Amino acid sequence: MDTFAALAHGMAVAVQPMNLLYALIGVFLGTAVGVLPGIGPALTVALLLPVTYKLDPGGSLIMFAGIYYGGMYGGSTTAILINTPGESASMATALEGNKMAKAGRGGPALATSAIGSFVAGTIATIGLAFLAPWLVDFAVRFGPEDYFALMCVAFVTVSATFGDSPVRGLTSLFIGLTLGLVGIDKLTGQARLAFGIPELLDGVEVTTLAVGLFAVGEALYVASRRHHTEEKLEPVRGSLWMTKEDWKRSWKPWLRGTMFGFPIGALPAGGAEIPTFLSYSTEKRLTKHPEEFGKGAIEGVAGPEAANNASAAGTLVPLLTLGLPTSATAAMMLAGFQQYGLNPGPLLFAERPDLVWGLIASLFIANLMLLVLNLPLVGLWVRLLAIPQPWLYAGILVFATMGTIAAKPSVVELSMLAGFGVLGFLMRRFDFPIAPVVVGLILGPIAESQLRRALAISLGDPMTLLQSPISATLLGIALVALLAPFVLKGMGRFKANED
Amino acid sequence: MTSGDPAQPPRHVDRAGLVIAALLAGLAAVLVWDSRGLQSSAMYGMGPEAMPVVVASGLALLAIGNFIDALRGNLPARESADPVPVVLILIGLALLIAIIGFGGGFILATSALFVTTSAAFGRRAVLVDSVIALVMSTLIYLAFDRLLTLSLPAGPLERLL
Repeated sequence: MDTFAALAHGMAVAVQPMNLLYALIGVFLGTAVGVLPGIGPALTVALLLPVTYKLDPGGSLIMFAGIYYGGMYGGSTTAILINTPGESASMATALEGNKMAKAGRGGPALATSAIGSFVAGTIATIGLAFLAPWLVDFAVRFGPEDYFALMCVAFVTVSATFGDSPVRGLTSLFIGLTLGLVGIDKLTGQARLAFGIPELLDGVEVTTLAVGLFAVGEALYVASRRHHTEEKLEPVRGSLWMTKEDWKRSWKPWLRGTMFGFPIGALPAGGAEIPTFLSYSTEKRLTKHPEEFGKGAIEGVAGPEAANNASAAGTLVPLLTLGLPTSATAAMMLAGFQQYGLNPGPLLFAERPDLVWGLIASLFIANLMLLVLNLPLVGLWVRLLAIPQPWLYAGILVFATMGTIAAKPSVVELSMLAGFGVLGFLMRRFDFPIAPVVVGLILGPIAESQLRRALAISLGDPMTLLQSPISATLLGIALVALLAPFVLKGMGRFKANED
Repeated sequence: MTSGDPAQPPRHVDRAGLVIAALLAGLAAVLVWDSRGLQSSAMYGMGPEAMPVVVASGLALLAIGNFIDALRGNLPARESADPVPVVLILIGLALLIAIIGFGGGFILATSALFVTTSAAFGRRAVLVDSVIALVMSTLIYLAFDRLLTLSLPAGPLERLL
């Protein structure tokens, strides 16, 4: 009952005309930027952060909700029409959706992805609204040692458990942790890793890191291998609408995708890749048209798209209730909160319910706006996709540097941006995952201060980490998650030898 | 999975992987060196020097991990990369930083970046691109400076507006 009252209150906040306008601008900008090839939702949020600098926190968070969902939707449009998934979570969509577009069924592919995203986003946001208060009740009992243990779980799952290589994932994470150490230590006021440069005393700016890694790094990477790929934009031919048959084949994958996406997104494991691929393989197994898979099966778009969106809403559960970002996009959302000095977590629910519930309500509204806006505007998005590559990336870089120039127009900050760009390029080239760097930078300092607080309370006794049952359990989970990929890899090798 | 396939010929040592391992080890050393200058004022628990040492230990372990991967040639296959466009974009970024640093203003700086990036992606029409870049960055400047009241660095061109 409390949830309904809180949600109703949130709706009242969200439907104020100014807030509706913010949501609309967010959805529009999010889609417009997200649709550009190579730009995923995380970068969309990072690039659009400066636009919200001058807004009040409420309005800006509502705009974020729109940007978040808009960026996701834009990404799948790109995946379908030019087969360049901006992120690995859109890979399944690109697999079937691009084939559909080539066969002249781009319209229904876009439609099933839009409606599926709406269905999944709505169900998952309802899940978020009901799960969040319950988790908050649980999280208020967390002591600093429990928070520290929780962050260890997030560190491990984000970097080691689900990637291709635990060593490379952990390397990325530790680069992020190192960057998180830069600046003045909050407890003692001493400078770490600042090397006497005054600009470094404030620490590394999350947006500078994210924009450098994602935007500049991506531009460098695409430029370096321009001679390999040729992107081809599929025109949207034929009807935009789904036939009766399309509906019949889509609705079950939407629901199943949601069932995969939301719980996996809500676990502090992050990443929408797993639910999308689970959904893809499930639909492939259950379909009545197995011959169409790989050639443009609508189930293969409907399911993974729903899973992708549901998991995006799922990642908001740990973000809002625990302050724990489990994906690069969630990390950027957290950076958005932090620019107003707001720290998501149980306290925010108690202190600023209007803000949190206004945001959750705006997610519903943003979802609805996307559904209404996107199909009619698909022609506009296609035209954005047709921008020639040189101008597109030149424009992206101008916009990317503009954010930093607007925030801190210093030579040091811009050099850091360029340096992170080179880092992002090298990481792409040598196949190191990028999200763990961002998560490490954001969570590292928080984890350190929680650990130091816990040790100060226990008078320096490290056993406090194991004496709290919550913390002991979480550390156990983190250990299993850390060792699992090594053990499984060993077993995989064993099996491969047996074959 | 081909990594465990005995039929595969033994792979070569990956030199880039060795460099990565060395860089990680170097970073760990920098962390330890930097943390030595910190004073621990905490009565109980951890001081500010503890975390850098923990992170440095992790980096050192990962340097070993990356070293082993490089020796075994376990790195994912890489496609050939063309260094020319990368260098062009980096020159563009350097120009941008220099122009901002010397007070040349937002419009000139971003225009320089736009033209070099566009050239990196294969455009050869430098004059046309320069015009486009100047018009676009002027519009961005006006939109952000006047409408959103974000202060962007002003140079000679911005003062004319």
